[in-house]
Amino acid sequence: MSDAKQTKIDLSNLKAGGFIKERGKDLFTVRLRVPGGRMSISRLKKIAEVADRFGGEFVHLSVRQSIELININFRDFDAVVEELGESSQKVASCGARVRVPVACGGCEYNPNGLIDTQKSALEVDEKLFGTPTGHHKFKVAFAGCPFDCPKSATNDIGFQGAVYPELDISACISCGLCAKNCVPKAIVMGDDNKPVFSNDPCIWCGDCVKVCPTGAWSEKRRGYTARIGGKWGRNPLVGTLFATFLPEGQVVPFISSVLEWYKSKAEGKGRVRLGDTIIAEGPDSLLGHLRQQFPESIVNATIPPQVIVTQIGISK
Amino acid sequence: MQVIDLRGVSCPTNFVKVKLALEELENGDQTTILLDDGEAVKNVPRSLKAEGHKLLALKQAEEGHYVLELEKFEE
Repeated sequence: MSDAKQTKIDLSNLKAGGFIKERGKDLFTVRLRVPGGRMSISRLKKIAEVADRFGGEFVHLSVRQSIELININFRDFDAVVEELGESSQKVASCGARVRVPVACGGCEYNPNGLIDTQKSALEVDEKLFGTPTGHHKFKVAFAGCPFDCPKSATNDIGFQGAVYPELDISACISCGLCAKNCVPKAIVMGDDNKPVFSNDPCIWCGDCVKVCPTGAWSEKRRGYTARIGGKWGRNPLVGTLFATFLPEGQVVPFISSVLEWYKSKAEGKGRVRLGDTIIAEGPDSLLGHLRQQFPESIVNATIPPQVIVTQIGISK
Repeated sequence: MQVIDLRGVSCPTNFVKVKLALEELENGDQTTILLDDGEAVKNVPRSLKAEGHKLLALKQAEEGHYVLELEKFEE
């Protein structure tokens, strides 16, 4: 065709991925970068404008908190990126890279939240988004408390806000609310009608601190519980405990250290996820690696990521 | 002293009913609130504390419900 125009596209926009081939000819889904799922109203309006102009009849809200523009013609890539860029809305990633972190609403308005997951998600997005792993995708999630709405342990690294409680018995009015609220029964009322705390069952949810009418229960330590090696998909794994009370400020170096171990241990193994690498190497190898840099937070021992068998019952 | 009886009232209606009842009181006034065992007693005192009111005592009655003594405090 002599009159066909040569399409020109800025290929650097595609470097981190985020443009995903659809069924239809020339059509792509454009996955937007929405760390922690927080979207300002002004950005949302801009996205709606761009979707209306270049996309189909709807957008899709992805399971990892992205807004995905649907039915974008690849010839419009540059225009879409430029239009979105006006309100600093960037495109997300796909492939073997560190993905956009997901997070719950955090602690600013949610009364259950123990830690600022939104801040952590933004920090990780800023510092580590799009980093090539060399092997496979790498997902991070932040849950503000152990109720864990984001299902953190199904991620390569899942962080969960935690507080360790401490009792000032002189301020206790023996109301029993702490024991009543303590789901794992780490607090029970003693014979003297005062709470008795046992360390082992405590999941650090802080419900005792929140419910205590007098402030007799308070927070002794706060930080993230980190579970590593989870994933979902065809062969699900649940991540296991590697760190407790990791300070908020150490989240980025912690992830970087896990990535460093993953990159070296999965070398030559092809397209393998972190969890399967931990199973192959044994969890002590990663524990030892992390302990050098985070001695205060790393647990004494752990188990490999746990296989979830999903095909039981198919044999006839 | 006024008694706010929230037995049989579920969340979040019970908490909103306390808020409405407290609007009738002055800061420093004390009131008694009756709450069901379970979700009600787990949630309502905690929410009232978070709004700044002073929780004075909480006791379980023989019938099984809870009796919360509260002093109104609003900024």
